[in-house]
Amino acid sequence: MHEVAPVLQDFPLLFLIPLLPLLGAVWNAVMGARMQRRFGNAAVHVPAILFPAGSFVISLWSFITLAGAPHGTSMYNYLWAWLPIGNLQADVAFLMDRLSGVMALVVTFVGTLIHVYSTGYMKDEPAYWRFFAYLNLFMFAMLVLVLGDNFLLMFVGWEGVGLCSYLLISFWWREREKAVAGMKAFVVNRVGDLGFSLGVFLLFWGLMTTPASPPASNHGQVDAHGAAVAAHGEEAPALGTSVAFREVEQILQDPVKRTRIVDRNVLGIGLITLVCLLLFVGATGKSAQIPLYTWLPDAMAGPTPVSALIHAATMVTAGVYMVARLHFLFTLSPAAMTVVATVGALTALFAASIGLFQNDIKKVLAYSTVSQLGFMFVAVGVGAYWVGIFHLMTHAFFKACLFLGSGSVIMGCHHEQDMRKMGGLKKLMPITAATYFVSCAAIAGFPFFSGFFSKDEILWKAFNSGNILLPGGGLILWVIAAVAALGTSFYMFRSYYMTFSGEYRGAASHGHDVVAKADGAHGAHDDPHSTDAHAAHGAHADPHSDPHAADVSGHDAHGGHGHLPVESPWAMTSVLAVLGFLALAGGYVGLPLLWGLPNVFEAWLEPVFASTADRVTSAGFGHGVEWALMGFSIIVAFGGFFAARVLYKDGRSPIPARLIASESALVQGTHRVIFNKYYVDEAYGFVFVKGSLVLSRALALWDSRVIDGLVNLAGTIGRAFSFLQGAIDRLFVDGLVELVGNVIQAAGTRMRRVQTGRIQAYVQGMALGALALVALAYLLAW
Amino acid sequence: MTIGLPQYLVVSGVLLALGLFAIVTRKNAVAILMGVELVLNAGLLNLVAFSRFGGGLDGQVFALFGIVLAAAEAVVALAIVLQVFRARRSVDASKACELKE
Repeated sequence: MHEVAPVLQDFPLLFLIPLLPLLGAVWNAVMGARMQRRFGNAAVHVPAILFPAGSFVISLWSFITLAGAPHGTSMYNYLWAWLPIGNLQADVAFLMDRLSGVMALVVTFVGTLIHVYSTGYMKDEPAYWRFFAYLNLFMFAMLVLVLGDNFLLMFVGWEGVGLCSYLLISFWWREREKAVAGMKAFVVNRVGDLGFSLGVFLLFWGLMTTPASPPASNHGQVDAHGAAVAAHGEEAPALGTSVAFREVEQILQDPVKRTRIVDRNVLGIGLITLVCLLLFVGATGKSAQIPLYTWLPDAMAGPTPVSALIHAATMVTAGVYMVARLHFLFTLSPAAMTVVATVGALTALFAASIGLFQNDIKKVLAYSTVSQLGFMFVAVGVGAYWVGIFHLMTHAFFKACLFLGSGSVIMGCHHEQDMRKMGGLKKLMPITAATYFVSCAAIAGFPFFSGFFSKDEILWKAFNSGNILLPGGGLILWVIAAVAALGTSFYMFRSYYMTFSGEYRGAASHGHDVVAKADGAHGAHDDPHSTDAHAAHGAHADPHSDPHAADVSGHDAHGGHGHLPVESPWAMTSVLAVLGFLALAGGYVGLPLLWGLPNVFEAWLEPVFASTADRVTSAGFGHGVEWALMGFSIIVAFGGFFAARVLYKDGRSPIPARLIASESALVQGTHRVIFNKYYVDEAYGFVFVKGSLVLSRALALWDSRVIDGLVNLAGTIGRAFSFLQGAIDRLFVDGLVELVGNVIQAAGTRMRRVQTGRIQAYVQGMALGALALVALAYLLAW
Repeated sequence: MTIGLPQYLVVSGVLLALGLFAIVTRKNAVAILMGVELVLNAGLLNLVAFSRFGGGLDGQVFALFGIVLAAAEAVVALAIVLQVFRARRSVDASKACELKE
C-alpha cells in the first residue's frame, strides 16, 4: 500500500460548475414565461442549454488540469464557512478529485445532451420554460451533490435532486396519477433521506465522542454511553469533528484511531456498521433498491427526457456514488458491505424478473434501471468501487440512449407507450432503431459493447470477492447476478423486437374506437401534443398556442392514428446518435486487464480508492476462472438475445400469446404475480399508506374529540368569565363614571341661567353678597 | 352739635347706597356711570374722614390719587359708552346683554 497524501490545488472556477445551471434555472424561472411568449421556444432553451454546456466546459477544463496534476491531487474551491456551530465546521467548498471529476463530466455531458433532446421532445409544451427551469435546477443540485466537499453539502444536493425529481415527475400535475407518482417518489425518498441524515449524525457523534487514545482510568474498553465517554473525552481529545470527506478519511487512515472507532459499539452492533447501514438506507431510497425501489417505475409518469436524465443516467446513481465516495467507511464494515452487495444482487434479479412481462416500454426501461443499479451496488458492495463507477458511466450512456429512443418512439407513435401497439418501426425510424439496438446490445453485454466490459467486470469481482460474509462467498452473488443478466438480455431484446420488428400494429389492426380509448388510457402519459393535454394545461397556454391547438385537434380528427410513425427531428436523433456511439465505445476506457490491454479507467480512479485498497480482499481465483466467467457471460448475453429473437421477432411466434392464454394455474399464477410486480405496491399501499391513513384518522378523532373538547371547554369558561367581568364594568365602573358626568352636566345646566349678560344683575348679586357677608360678620362677631 | 366721625360715615354710607341704587336701577349707561362715581366718592370720603380723625396724612394722599384715578376711569368708561352708542344707537345697559351664557 502506498500512502498518497491528499493535496489540494486551488481551482477558483470550480464553483461555476454548479452555479451556472442555477443561473439558468433562475433566469428561466423569472424571465422564461415572458421570453417564451415574446420570442418563442428558442429564447427559453438557448440559455437553458448554454448554462449546462458552460458547466461541461469548466468540468472538462478542471478534469484536464486534474489529469495533468500529480496523483492524489484534488481541485479545490473554498467559498465560505457555512455552518460554524460549536465543534462543527461545515464549509461551502467544492472538491473535484478523480471520482467526482468523472461524475461531473458524466452529469454535465449527458445532461447537456438531454437538454438538446428536450427541445425536440417538449416543443409543443405550453410550460416549456418551466420544464427547462426545473432541468437546470436539477443539474445544479446534482452537481452540488457530486462536487460537495463534505457530508452536509452533499446532503443539500441530495435533497435538491429529490425535489427536482418530484417537480419533474409531476410536471403535468393536472393529471392526478402523475401528481400522485411525484408525491410517491418524494415520500419514499424522504424515508431514505432520513436514513442518510441519521447516518451522518451518528458518524459525527461517533467521531466526536470517541477519545483518540484510551483514557487512563478505563479498563481498556470503550464505553458506549455518551455521557461517560464525554467525561473521559476531556482528558483524551476526540477523534475529530470534521464533516469533510477527506478529513474523515484521514482520521480513519490512522491505524490507532481506526481501531478505536471500529471497536465501538452502539445498540449492540458496530458503530461503523450502523453508520454504513443508515447511509445505505439513504442510497436505497435515492437509487431505487429493495425495499425502497417502488417509486422509480412510477416516476415514468414524468416527461421522457426526465426519465432519461434523472431516473436513469444521473440522480438514481447518487447512491452508488455515495457508497464509492465513502469507501473509507464501508470497507471498515464487512457486514455493511455484504448487505450492500446482497441487496444489490437481489434487486437486480427481482427487477429483471418484473421487467420480463411489462408491456409499457418505459416500464421495461424503468425496471431495467432498477436492475442495473443493483449491479452497481453489487460492485461497490464487494469493494470494486471503480467497477461500480465504470458501470455507472456506461449505464448513463446506454440507458439515456434507450430512454431517449423510447421517447422518440413514443412521440412517433402518437404517444403510445404500449409495445403491443408498436412494431415495424425499424423501417420508419431507422436512426432510433439503430441506436436502440446498439444500446440493447450494450446493456445485454454483447462483447465489445460498453456494457460488456463493465458488467462482466462486476460479475467477475463478485465471484472473486473475499469480503463477503455470506456462505460460499461471492458465488451466491455471482449466480444471482448472472441470472439477472440473462433476464436483462432477454427483456431488452424483447422490447426491441416488439417495438421495431414486424408490422406496425398501431391503428391499422384496431378499430378507431379501440385506439381512441387506448389513447385516452395510455397516450395521456406523455402528451404535449394531444388536445387533452392542452385542455389540462389550459392555464399555461398563451394566445400563441390557440391556433396550434386547433391545428392539433384537426390533425387528430382526420385520423392521426392512421398516419405511420415518422422519424423524430434531428435535435433528438443527433443526441441519440452521440449516445449510441458512446454506448458502443464508452467501455473502451476500461478494457479488462485480462486481455493484457491497459485499463485507463481503473488506473484513473486508483488513487481515490488507494487508501482502502489493502482491505478489499479477493478470493484468489486465477485467470482461467476469469476467462471461463467471461465466456459464460457472453453465452448469457446471447442466450437472452436468441430467446427474445425467437419468441418476439416480427411478432410471428405464437408461444408468448399461448403462454399468456394458458389455462395452467401455475403459468397463470406466476404471470399474474410477476406482471403485477409481486404486488409489492399493493402491500406497501396497504401497510404504509392505509396504515398511516388509519392512524391519521384515529389521531384526527382524538384531536376533534379530546383536544378540541379541552380547547372548547377553556373557551367556554373564558367566555363566562368575561361575561361576568363585562357586567361589572357596565354596571359599576361605567355607572360611577357616568354619575360624575351627569352631576356636572346637571349643575351646569342650572348654573348657566345666572349668567344673564346684564350688568345690573351682576352688580345686584355683588351688593347682596357683600351685604350678606357684612351681616354674617356681624352675626358671628356678636 | 359737633360734627364728628359718625356724621361723615353716615354721609358716606348714604352716598354709597345712592350710588348702588343708581347702578342697579338705572338703564342708561351714563346714569350707571354716575352711580359708580357716587360709590367711588363715598369711599374717598371715608378715607379723608378716617385720616382727619385717626391721624396721619396717608388717607388724604390716597384720596388725591383716587380722584385722579376716578377722572381717568370716567374717561375710559365714557369712551366705551360712546362706542356702545355708536354700535347700537342706544346706551341702554339692560339691552347690551349679548355676553350672557
